[in-house]
Amino acid sequence: MGVSRDATQDEIKRAYHKLARKYHPDVSKLADAEARFKELGEAYEVLKDPEKRAAYDRLGKGWREGQEFRPPPGWDQGFEFHSGGGSGAAGSQFSDFFESLFGQGFAWGGGAEREFHARGEDSRAKILIDLDDAYHGATRTVTLNRTELAPDGKPKVTAHTLNVHIPKGVHQGQHIRLAGQGGAGMGRGKAGDLYLEVEFRAHPYYHIESRDVYLDLPVAPWEAALGATVKAPTPTGPVDLKIPPGSHAGSKLRLRGRGIPGKPAGDLYAVLRIVLPPADTEAAKAAYRDLERTLKFNPRARLGV
Amino acid sequence: MKHQLLPLLSGEVLEEHENLTLEEFCRVCRVSVDEVYILVEEGIVEPSGHEARVWRFHGANVRRVRCAVQLRRDLGVNWAGAALALDLLEELQELRTRLRRFEGES
Repeated sequence: MGVSRDATQDEIKRAYHKLARKYHPDVSKLADAEARFKELGEAYEVLKDPEKRAAYDRLGKGWREGQEFRPPPGWDQGFEFHSGGGSGAAGSQFSDFFESLFGQGFAWGGGAEREFHARGEDSRAKILIDLDDAYHGATRTVTLNRTELAPDGKPKVTAHTLNVHIPKGVHQGQHIRLAGQGGAGMGRGKAGDLYLEVEFRAHPYYHIESRDVYLDLPVAPWEAALGATVKAPTPTGPVDLKIPPGSHAGSKLRLRGRGIPGKPAGDLYAVLRIVLPPADTEAAKAAYRDLERTLKFNPRARLGV
Repeated sequence: MKHQLLPLLSGEVLEEHENLTLEEFCRVCRVSVDEVYILVEEGIVEPSGHEARVWRFHGANVRRVRCAVQLRRDLGVNWAGAALALDLLEELQELRTRLRRFEGES
């Protein structure tokens, strides 16, 4: 938590509140926010209670020096204490360290609401898909790291691979719910559900906003000025697009219903970008000079100069 | 090759559900009926239907509810504060998406 060993309880509380806001998984965009928030909660659980903090201070020191650990009387009240397993966890990770000390009941979500027959926790993960998947539907595999209880009662991280159908028409931020694929239930409790949050892989020229798709379409100055019919790519194949005369850079041309399919389907917007031909030959330079002479164009007229 | 042998899981898109009953909504959000009453009162979710018996909830609200419940539990904000944070987070998300489009141009 970044507090010094002699921090006051008030300082610890302030540091916790500040970091909790920063790393809350619903607020932070950091990929590992959830893990950090969990660690923070575990650390605070110990440090906010002067008795447990004293226990940790002693233990923390003893642990580093490799000495035998003798818990002070009464410090483990309310926690399941794995006295035998503790030595095996003398490894490195802070989080494992706490879990092996205080038992699994200490984990995120709290032990209080867990009964012997409880439904498993719902879990969530992100799934990265391509724009094409949303247009046509697809099958993707997802690998999830899951913390589970091994038969000896210690938490263990295992990798699970799932084969998931991506329904046609999903869009950014939506959740695919897979019933029964979340955390295992306790006792006869049913497993929780898994929620996969849909995220699109960045595309070189399409941008997705909700169900609409945007395309930056480069056009020549004369195509914008005089109007033209140009070829434009769309995720379902190229189309002929009519550019009206007098178009500007940033003009949006809407192709209704060519966005992400669904009810209603999204739209595809071609946003015009005017690209200047390079003046890299004598002929090109002459053409620009012709324009300059003929048009007497002052692009800064509206700036009053 | 190994992946071909895994069973294919088909899920449902949460946000496509438009007519969740109060009971279904509570189950998916994992909140109590009493909490839903508060959430409706605070305007965090707006069901269709004029009385609780005929309320229907949109799947897109599930995420809002879960987020509000977690913010309240983890950060100690009250319901009104959670509602405000939710609105701001959604706006932020929208702006980030739009910003990505403009920054991507360069």
